[in-house]
Amino acid sequence: MATLTTDKKPARSASRANGRPRPELIFGDLWEFDPAPETADPKLKPRYDLFIGGKFVAPASGKYFDSINPANEQKLAELAVGGAADVDAAYQAASKAFESVWGKMPGKERGKYLFRIARLLQDRAREFAVAETMDNGKPIRETRDFDVPMAAAHFFYHGGWADKLDYAAPGRRMAPLGVVAQVIPWNFPLLMLSWKIAPALAAGNCVVIKPATNTPINAVKLAEIFQDAGLPPGVVNVITGPGSTGGLMMAHPSAAKIAFTGSTEVGKVIMRSVAGTEKKMTMELGGKAANIVFDDAPIDQAVEGIVNGIFFNQGQVCCAGSRLLVHESVADLVVSKLKNRLRVLRVGDPLDKNTDVGAIVSRAQLDSIQEYLDIGVKEGAEMWQPPFRRPAKGFFLPPTIFTGVTMSHRIAREEIFGPVLSILTFRTVEEAIEKANNTAYGLSAGVWTDKGSRILKMSTELKAGVVWANTFNKFDPTSPFGGYKESGFGREGGRQGLLDYAKLV
Amino acid sequence: MLANSPSAALARLFDEVGTVDCVGVEERVAKYTTRSIKKASKVKGLKLAVSMVDLTTLEGKDTPGKVASLCRKALRPHEDPGVPSVAAVCVYPAMVRHARKALGSDTAVRIASVATAFPSGQAPLKTRLAEVKAAVADGADEIDMVINRGAYLAGELAEVQDEIAAVSAARGDATLKVILEVSELETYDNIRAASFLAMRVIREGDFIKTSTGKTSLNATLGNNQVMLEAIRDFYLDTGVAIGMKPAGGIRTAKQSLQFLIAVKETLGDAWLTNERYRFGASALLNDLLRQIETQKTGAYQAPYYFSDAAESY
Amino acid sequence: MSRLPITKTPKPYVGGAFIRSESGRVFPVKDAAGNFFANIPQCTRKDLRNAVEAAAKAGPGWAKRTAYNRGQILYRLGEMLEARRAEMIDTLALFGATKSAAAKDVDVSTDRLIYYAGWSDKYEQVLGNVNPVAAPYFNFTVTEPMGVVGVLAPDSPALLGLVSLVAPVIVSGNTVVAHVSEKTPYPAILFGEMLATSDLPGGVVNLLSGFRKELLPTFATHTHLRAISATASADERKTLRLGAAESIKRVKFTDSDIDWFAATAQSPYAIRDTLEFKTTWHPIGA
Repeated sequence: MATLTTDKKPARSASRANGRPRPELIFGDLWEFDPAPETADPKLKPRYDLFIGGKFVAPASGKYFDSINPANEQKLAELAVGGAADVDAAYQAASKAFESVWGKMPGKERGKYLFRIARLLQDRAREFAVAETMDNGKPIRETRDFDVPMAAAHFFYHGGWADKLDYAAPGRRMAPLGVVAQVIPWNFPLLMLSWKIAPALAAGNCVVIKPATNTPINAVKLAEIFQDAGLPPGVVNVITGPGSTGGLMMAHPSAAKIAFTGSTEVGKVIMRSVAGTEKKMTMELGGKAANIVFDDAPIDQAVEGIVNGIFFNQGQVCCAGSRLLVHESVADLVVSKLKNRLRVLRVGDPLDKNTDVGAIVSRAQLDSIQEYLDIGVKEGAEMWQPPFRRPAKGFFLPPTIFTGVTMSHRIAREEIFGPVLSILTFRTVEEAIEKANNTAYGLSAGVWTDKGSRILKMSTELKAGVVWANTFNKFDPTSPFGGYKESGFGREGGRQGLLDYAKLV
Repeated sequence: MLANSPSAALARLFDEVGTVDCVGVEERVAKYTTRSIKKASKVKGLKLAVSMVDLTTLEGKDTPGKVASLCRKALRPHEDPGVPSVAAVCVYPAMVRHARKALGSDTAVRIASVATAFPSGQAPLKTRLAEVKAAVADGADEIDMVINRGAYLAGELAEVQDEIAAVSAARGDATLKVILEVSELETYDNIRAASFLAMRVIREGDFIKTSTGKTSLNATLGNNQVMLEAIRDFYLDTGVAIGMKPAGGIRTAKQSLQFLIAVKETLGDAWLTNERYRFGASALLNDLLRQIETQKTGAYQAPYYFSDAAESY
Repeated sequence: MSRLPITKTPKPYVGGAFIRSESGRVFPVKDAAGNFFANIPQCTRKDLRNAVEAAAKAGPGWAKRTAYNRGQILYRLGEMLEARRAEMIDTLALFGATKSAAAKDVDVSTDRLIYYAGWSDKYEQVLGNVNPVAAPYFNFTVTEPMGVVGVLAPDSPALLGLVSLVAPVIVSGNTVVAHVSEKTPYPAILFGEMLATSDLPGGVVNLLSGFRKELLPTFATHTHLRAISATASADERKTLRLGAAESIKRVKFTDSDIDWFAATAQSPYAIRDTLEFKTTWHPIGA
């Protein structure tokens, strides 16, 4: 039998024939794409009021703040500054709705409202996607294909739970908590609304919710859908305003539960502020996820997963795979493939259908990320960015990777919340586990290997609430999400998330 | 597993070239389908696609007349002089001399022929090699061969590779395209591995090709991607640039643009040429012409304005 | 002259050993009749720290035991308590319980251990699940222990209160550092002897005697304690919550006036309180 013809060195090494120049790929403009802007009308109003008791009402202060488009720094709309009197009015409306209508309504009927909301949101999906992209800066490809459909899916999923609560906790009955205070971040404005509101309503609670100051628009637009759906007044109340308004909301004595998504730092402040009360809490906080690539991994898909893990939504994701732990023997290969992949990521106008990486949500966030880039360089890590033409206006940053990072670097320990990947290497399974778990966070982790038993070993050992094996950044309404350790407690989504909105009696 | 057993050979090959996660590949290529190509970039892409078509007829009912008609279409797909000729016509070996007669010797359109007992490859090697030589002698510029899938699946990798090498020796100066017949290899792991087997014994400028068009599943964005990545990895490792030809199942202009986006984002500009990328197709050409006309006139076009749509593929 | 009996030196069970406080301090405990009973170690925050170390060391091994094995060990603990039933009843009675109340305390405690022993290989099937995600992935949610859990036991019922808080925590693979009743610490110290003979690995349950006021702030702020399960006053709750905020610690309070003897005082949801949920995704493809 003839011998198989192979290279002298294994194909996966960076070896090449002697004497030739190092082969390179050219990602140029031979076939450049024309702009392909999404043109659907976001149907924005110049000014949005608070949504209290089923009506849009002006804030007691009479004050408004601007929401701007981070891609061009232009004002999109004015939003009401909610204050103590408004918050109080919202709780009164919510308490009344809970006692007189929602708390008594059969689950079957409650569920129908959730289904309606899901359908109405699907009807207006493109409009919401455009509004989300303009308010947040994330690419239309993501809002259209992910944020909005996933938000609708959450309402649909939980609509089905409303009359089946008896099956969620065998041996016990689920009872609603009352009025819940919900404060959400700016990274997934609409999706976080649905993550919070849908299970709360399914379990029979009423809601006072505050969207992030940077991204309030879809929250008040969703309130329009609540009106169209005929949701009883007061069941959901939307209060816009600065962070201090959120503080007032959570401190309010009528809040039976606080559901917060945001930074670990603010989570701690909230926990301290309600320490003297019996309020229930769900905390979905920060992360510094390890994405672990073994030498037997399907490398190209791993690279895709790395990209999806840290550059999805400009890396402004609590579960982002911001630490790449790569098996030393394939580290060079993975990094070179990653660079080639990043060369074809399209950074720019978020409304362009071909944009992969959009704008950072705000100047403050951009500055904060930039500061970490400076820190990374100063601490001796090597920074690389693909060629990038910065638009004249707006808050843009190209995908950035750091090699030569060690566990003691700040960019390996602190949540940057931007499109910045820190790359570390490991040699053994135990070392990978040790490095992955060596953090106060524990929200998510990724593992890439072809070996089934190793996946289950890693999944067992990684101290994280979500483990993505041979994939990353996947979400579903049926799939519980939430962290270990200082990434928070409680779950959102699935049966586990539903239970966190009820008391068992 | 014994070190010299056929299954060990496959395992070693997977180990060398790496494996593929199929869900991951399909998610990657789904992103190509959401790219939005407009205006000038669309026209440019459509014309590029025309220039890459291997205009194909592979029917039992093919006649010299049908082939001659196909050749005319290949040379001048559209009256608009801005529309290029296609890359090649692709015919059975018996039709090569008729194609040569129709195209003449001084032509930009190349003649490709599916030799090696296409599509099954189930003939003695001697017969297959004779067929290759005959097609080249009759004027074929390019030989599209099929690999021995049975041997591959049995783990007889050396046999597969030796046969490719033998065909490669027999084709003389012609360009070789190695058809993996991806539907019979079934998995992306096999497609990647077989791509490497072929690339290691063919020449720079030769192609690997997805399929014969004679089975139920032909070119998809998924198997195209896996093969492009194999070509990329082989190129970066050895400096040897291999071309790619998806064949079968690409019937619409929109599909072809998605395949080209895959090329652009995986292999880059150097592969956006018919010297390195081809479409094995027949119906595709007319849809490309329709869309070019639509871009020019702003009006959607009825299919019967476009002639000689071939049936196979 | 009658024989002078040998009195036992009470030592709490920590790290699989019976310890004195590192401080050398003790506090006297009297029986219900007001007679001197014994000196009890007054454990300090350093003892607490050492106990957390012991619990953290024991944790991974305990969590890796099969659920079946953990169930058998909890059952064995029930056997130990049953075997020393009379002694425990006498002890509880010595500190003021009526004989019948003491017997009830011991019997329900034993039954509660058996109850949770039985859950060891079942709660996962009730609390975890496979999730039908809308994509080609196999997705499942399993539970995992949180790690080292701090327990603050009520004064009464002297044994059942402690058992009811500890058993659902350890059955899932957590380890426990518990502060036992300050008022009536000796039954818990006696229970420690049963823990020691029950096949429970050392360090899985660590019992500290001493002053609640002295230890509570450390329970609140020790960041390696990943959860607290406690009965506590309003002020204590606030202290614990404030401390918990610093490391996002999970806190579960049980009202001390619940009916500890009722069936409602036990459930798989008590186990759930010190579990994390972990969801794993994997593509389905060949």
